[in-house]
Amino acid sequence: MTLYVLRRLGAGLVLALLVTLITFLLLSPSFESVVRERLGPTATPETIAGMMTELGFDRPILVQYFDWLGGVFTGDFGRSLFTSQPVAPAVAARLGVTLSLVVTALLITVVISVALGVWAASRGGVADKISQILSLVGYIVPGLLLAIVLVVVLAVNLKLLPAGGFTPFSEDPARWAASIAMPVIVLVIGGVANMAAQVRGTMIDELRKDYVRTLRTRGVSTTSIVIRHALRNAAGPALTVLSLEFIQMLGGALIIENVFALPGYGQYAFNAALQGDIPIILGITAFGVILVVVVNLVTDVVNGWLNPKARIY
Amino acid sequence: MSIEELSIDPGLAAPPRRSPFRKLLRDPQAVITASLLLVIVLLGLLTPFIAPHDPNEAQLSAINADPGTPGYPLGADQNGRDIMSRLLHSINTSMISGLIGASVALAIGITFGLIGGYFGSRLRSVTEWVFSLVMTFPGILLLIVLMPVTKGDYRFTMLIFGVLLSPGIYRIVRNLVVGVKNELYVDAARVAGLSNLRILARHVLFVIRGPIIIAAAFLFGGAISVQAGLAFLGVGSTLVPSFGAMISEGFLNLYIDPMQFLWPSVLLGVITASLVLLGNSLRDAFEGVKLKPAKIAAPKVEQVAGRAESRPSDALLEVDDLVIAYPTPSGKLNEVVKGVTLRVNAGETVGLVGESGSGKTQTAFAILGVLPAEAVIVRGSIRLEGRNLIGLSERELRQLRGRSIAYIPQEPMSNLDPSYTVGAQLVEGIRATTGLSKREARERVLALLKRVGIQDPKRTFDSYPHQISGGMAQRVLIAGAVASRPKLLIADEPTTALDVTVQAEILDLLRDLQAELDMAVVLVTHNFGVVADICDRIAVMQNGQVVESGTALEVFREPKHPYTQKLLGAILDEATVRTDPPVSAGALAGGTTR
Repeated sequence: MTLYVLRRLGAGLVLALLVTLITFLLLSPSFESVVRERLGPTATPETIAGMMTELGFDRPILVQYFDWLGGVFTGDFGRSLFTSQPVAPAVAARLGVTLSLVVTALLITVVISVALGVWAASRGGVADKISQILSLVGYIVPGLLLAIVLVVVLAVNLKLLPAGGFTPFSEDPARWAASIAMPVIVLVIGGVANMAAQVRGTMIDELRKDYVRTLRTRGVSTTSIVIRHALRNAAGPALTVLSLEFIQMLGGALIIENVFALPGYGQYAFNAALQGDIPIILGITAFGVILVVVVNLVTDVVNGWLNPKARIY
Repeated sequence: MSIEELSIDPGLAAPPRRSPFRKLLRDPQAVITASLLLVIVLLGLLTPFIAPHDPNEAQLSAINADPGTPGYPLGADQNGRDIMSRLLHSINTSMISGLIGASVALAIGITFGLIGGYFGSRLRSVTEWVFSLVMTFPGILLLIVLMPVTKGDYRFTMLIFGVLLSPGIYRIVRNLVVGVKNELYVDAARVAGLSNLRILARHVLFVIRGPIIIAAAFLFGGAISVQAGLAFLGVGSTLVPSFGAMISEGFLNLYIDPMQFLWPSVLLGVITASLVLLGNSLRDAFEGVKLKPAKIAAPKVEQVAGRAESRPSDALLEVDDLVIAYPTPSGKLNEVVKGVTLRVNAGETVGLVGESGSGKTQTAFAILGVLPAEAVIVRGSIRLEGRNLIGLSERELRQLRGRSIAYIPQEPMSNLDPSYTVGAQLVEGIRATTGLSKREARERVLALLKRVGIQDPKRTFDSYPHQISGGMAQRVLIAGAVASRPKLLIADEPTTALDVTVQAEILDLLRDLQAELDMAVVLVTHNFGVVADICDRIAVMQNGQVVESGTALEVFREPKHPYTQKLLGAILDEATVRTDPPVSAGALAGGTTR
């Protein structure tokens, strides 16, 4: 088991290194223009060259990358080119906002999707119709439009929820919930449309398997067959979908949080990219990759544990 | 016709059926969404001719002009730009986004899917790794982060987005190709000397055509949404009119003029919704029947009014005029069991014999009440000790299952839940029917496992199904079936999936258990040898009907129905070929039927 986790962790590390290296290489041609931008219109070739040297941009690219990497391993992600703030705490704070959104949405999505998917697969008829229509509606309505409609209706017209801003959970849980309610609704609707259909599909596959019939002939109750057996076997494939859903929601959240003026990852990344704040861009990429690696690792480990054939003792 | 043409004919690959495109034409959802998209695309193409203004032409006099202002049919935005012109130009922006995103994803995904699926596994593991790497990264974040590289050009951004979408296509194509690669007709083409490239182009592309068209619709829609989202954020040039940018500006201007927000939203909504719905229609047309839910319930019964009453009976099981049907795609019922009548007395063994498709397994499932969800019992009765089982609820049937009727399946491995240990599955069955405590049930299971001939019951108890052999799994299933001492055991081809040596042992075990527990056994089989071994009486089924029944001795000595004679003849033939020495009585017996 330990070996397995270590191997997966190793693969994740390679992924993180590759993605940051590629980002670094892609960004490197724009270093000079970033410096020029920062110095403003009065910059002379000399001052630009001086600044390039000061920031270390004149060294070979790989040397710069490994220098940055060395810092990362000691927890130092560098400082913003424009504000001189250290990158790591700033990125972590933004990530916290986005994650509180995504994780909440993901949990709700799982509960609704499993309930809806299992209900549809094992009952058929009206249950199935309802779940399919819900999925379709979730697919059809673009999240962006839904978000705006929610702001207009719930925040502006009905004044039920704050139109924007974020209150940390530690400060006031009730206001925290209110501040993320609308973005979470948007993410959940998109997520459920996707997940519920997946759960339904894998559940139907399982319920049509031979062992289900055999369990029935032994007098085992329908509830136990659906929940203990079929759902248990469907959990593996569903979990893989869930990890992809997480990544997709993370992407979706970047756009959605802008509608609700949440100080999250997306806005931060956007501003940094607009300015060409290289250290922040790299920090954001690195945190993003680490997050993805961790999620995939957890998925793999849980999947390995769920499937007796893959289980390592 | 040359060999090549013969082996290439796609008709050989798949049975001829109605063209999916013709099906699409009959689907109103497909026709409506496709027409809507066509109109929108046409409007986009005609934009240079029909747009009243340049999309970026700002007129101070027109700021926030109302719809209907001369020259501004839909009004103007807060910069005094014509909304209709901007809408028309935005159509082109989103269509180009969709085109770039989808075609890049398709080109990369298909190319590497074909390579990864068709050629060796070493190459595959490399492509696999690269694509799973791409798949795990949050694409939108990357698109934002790379803004200094793309300079915000939406076409470049969509190109990268296409790369990010390609793993999905890669997986679809790779799976299809791996599946089709080992088909006989591809082997035939290879033997006929066709180059890999031609096989790929003609056979494999034919198979992946449908899924690719479906995926393309969803990719197109996905790319359009993402482009709109990015433009909403502000990624990209302000000079490029797009729905995202218009929605963003309209959003800021919402209180002054909500219509400015509404127009682009509606158009974007219509485009993405049409693409999703069209994608669904395409899926229906190309992939046919949708996945139907698998409701766990007692079989559907068509005729409720005339349900046969229960009545006292001296037989253990009486099946009378049982008709089972399945609905065809056109909605009509297709009968697979056409009036089966069968009688089983307590403690006797009855062989239900017939070729595959004769309806014997359907009959067995009907007796157990575990027919597939689609099946309909059209008429007839199934009486267990006089009580009619047809029309009972799943709950009522559950009371009988395990205790009164039990079942041994054909394929041992697939009939065990892979996620639970053998012991846990058996314990659950026993506890469901007897109400024993966990520990008592465990003792009982261990004893049963020992009884069915498993050497190390404790070890098997704690094993997962994949850790035991097929023969052992079948013994486990037999243990599960007899655990609650049923009166009637239905064994569906219990030895077919097993090795010949194991077959004999399993039959011996069944015979011993039957005598020991005084059960009646219905043995469903296509093998007369098995029947001869252990059956008291025989019912021969053909084409959904019992064509002959009698004691084993009668049927073997004087088969009356021609089908029975043919079956018996075939068995003797088989025996001759398999076991007997070249010159023997067996060869003579075989000779008579030739």
